[in-house]
Amino acid sequence: MLEGALAFGFAALGLALALNLWRLFKGPGVADRILALDTMVINVIGLIVLAGIAGGSGTSFEAALLLAMVGFVGTVAYAKFLLRGDIVE
Amino acid sequence: MAPFVDIIIAALIVLGGAFALIGSWGLARLPNLMARLHGPTKATTLGVGCALIASAVYFSVHEGSASLHEFLITLFLFLTAPVSAHLLIKAALELDPSLRPPPPGAAAADATDNNAAHGDSREHDEHRRDRHHAPDLPGARG
Repeated sequence: MLEGALAFGFAALGLALALNLWRLFKGPGVADRILALDTMVINVIGLIVLAGIAGGSGTSFEAALLLAMVGFVGTVAYAKFLLRGDIVE
Repeated sequence: MAPFVDIIIAALIVLGGAFALIGSWGLARLPNLMARLHGPTKATTLGVGCALIASAVYFSVHEGSASLHEFLITLFLFLTAPVSAHLLIKAALELDPSLRPPPPGAAAADATDNNAAHGDSREHDEHRRDRHHAPDLPGARG
């Protein structure tokens, strides 16, 4: 049962990533692309968590936490760059 | 592993994957940026939240001790998601001020004016921005 649920989870998250990629290509604005990248990071965090369950290893937790932090900093940097034209003033 | 724990973990994983898919579908399908901002919040809170709870339950049962560090990621995501969404929409409004919706107090009185001024959008935008920055809005307190 767990294997089937994990397969569904991987498929759903993979399809979600494909939809995000479509939005990343289509645009139409810069803010849409940043939003798509942010959502891709969120979905990859979910994918890493599911891979940790599938592999039975607790070490994927660190990867997910790091990706959450780096994704947040990346989104803030993109938004600051749009807002100010510069990241570190 | 006890079967009901297995069922709970499987249900949480399926729910998390479904919410992540729904959020990304919303991001792909909704018509404009303001609406699109809503889709991924479901993927963040419910999708990843369910997957992390499933992970916490799974490792708590497997290792025999409470595995609570997954909630660190949940806490971090719940704290940072509004901040990044706020910054993102602030940047989008800076780039394109016509995205800004009219203030709520003026919306009812402005309805006919809106239709009349639809052809000349730039003048309408300036008009709207002036009202937005006015210090004393009559309808804003209500």
